[in-house]
Amino acid sequence: MATHFIVHDKADTVGVVVVEDLKPGEELTGWIMETDETITLRSQDAVPLGHKIALGEIKSGETILKYGHDVGRAVADIGEGRHVHVHNMKTKRW
Amino acid sequence: MGRYDFWAYRRANGRVGIRNHVVILPLDDLSNAAAEAVANNIKGTLALPHAYGRLQFGEDLELHFRTLIGTGSNPNVAACVIIGIEPGWTGRVVDGIAKTGKPVVGIAIEGQGDISAIAAASRKAKEFVQWASEKQRELCSIEELFISAKCGESDTTSGLASCPTVGNLIDKLDPLKATTCFGETSELTGAELVCASRAATKEVGERFLQVFRAYQEVIERHKTSDLSESQPTKGNIAGGLTTIEEKAFGNLQKIGRKTKFIDVLKPAEAPAKGPGLYYMDTSSAAAECVTLQAAAGFVVHLFPTGQGNVIGNPIEPVIKLTANPKTARTMSEHIDLDVSGILRREMTLDEAGDKLIEIMLRTCNGRLTCAEALGHREFVMTKLYQSA
Repeated sequence: MATHFIVHDKADTVGVVVVEDLKPGEELTGWIMETDETITLRSQDAVPLGHKIALGEIKSGETILKYGHDVGRAVADIGEGRHVHVHNMKTKRW
Repeated sequence: MGRYDFWAYRRANGRVGIRNHVVILPLDDLSNAAAEAVANNIKGTLALPHAYGRLQFGEDLELHFRTLIGTGSNPNVAACVIIGIEPGWTGRVVDGIAKTGKPVVGIAIEGQGDISAIAAASRKAKEFVQWASEKQRELCSIEELFISAKCGESDTTSGLASCPTVGNLIDKLDPLKATTCFGETSELTGAELVCASRAATKEVGERFLQVFRAYQEVIERHKTSDLSESQPTKGNIAGGLTTIEEKAFGNLQKIGRKTKFIDVLKPAEAPAKGPGLYYMDTSSAAAECVTLQAAAGFVVHLFPTGQGNVIGNPIEPVIKLTANPKTARTMSEHIDLDVSGILRREMTLDEAGDKLIEIMLRTCNGRLTCAEALGHREFVMTKLYQSA
């Protein structure tokens, strides 16, 4: 079975899409590397290869977790299955 | 023959090189033309033109000398001709390299002009290259190998698979007493405390944090915005990396899961505490970082890339690996190892690490990397501040 996205850590709030040409509305299979679990998710955006997808609802201002660590904050409300990138996420540094 | 033995050149000082270059090294920007003329005259020699070497002072000048002397001293270099505008600083570089016991000579341009200097340097270069061509490789063991790592044009696949592949190699070779190095001070921003926790002692961790904070002050002093499009780069952003913190955690995967770093090196400083993993204070710009690592004596470089950085180095072979299937497909001539199978769950990290060890040892034995075959020779000196 194809793996559409990969999650580093069980605690993460985003995963990484590892297939090309993902479309909105697809049923996705994800792999959590840390625990070797398989999860599913429905895409809401055409998230490109290598880009992040929200694993659940993320409110504006909330910390985004990847590698089990703080990698920045949401600057807009982000729905489950949505594309997470520079349009809705920012660094807490610099 | 041991599993991780390889064939390489043993130099007069006992260090082991995997290439046999005769380098024509200019002291300064003014001497580039003569150095390139010599390398054109004498086949099999290599000129390393660069932009600096005039009116530098203080720590910046020390770094200039450390980089030039270190480059000439690298075991991948068999012999060296230094060309400088004047004899004083030229002699300082010659004396530094001569400590390795390898053949080195200095030629100054002032008082004779380019043509006469090129003739004298060409005669020495011819002598050196013929001498070097008779050197034979001998069997060497992994504890004699100095390996550096730095990633570039990273994307999220770097943090998922290509950087962890390098980490897997380091975790396997550290107990076998390989000497390894990572750097990229600015690209640890957000992961600095996790990085500090990977120091072998509290004191080493504290020294890392001091270096890290000093770099942050440089950035704070000069930045005009939030470094958007510089860190992460446009390429990083295109590849899905959004913030420096995210990039930093991906970068840090290169040091593996258990290996601890045993010392903090200044830029281009040679390791002096024996085998183990070293952190070096470097810029995160690929060519600058690899040039500094080569000047510190590292002989083979591991370079994970996501979007497809094409970097090479003139004296230290750069092995590129990617986990991005699109990059592996569209830029295949640059990629020595494709580990995108990890993302499809067709390859385990452990298998990828073994494959990287294999391609690294083949490179040590003489296989040209993609970057070598394509002629990538990025030699970029780090400059700390304006000249006087």
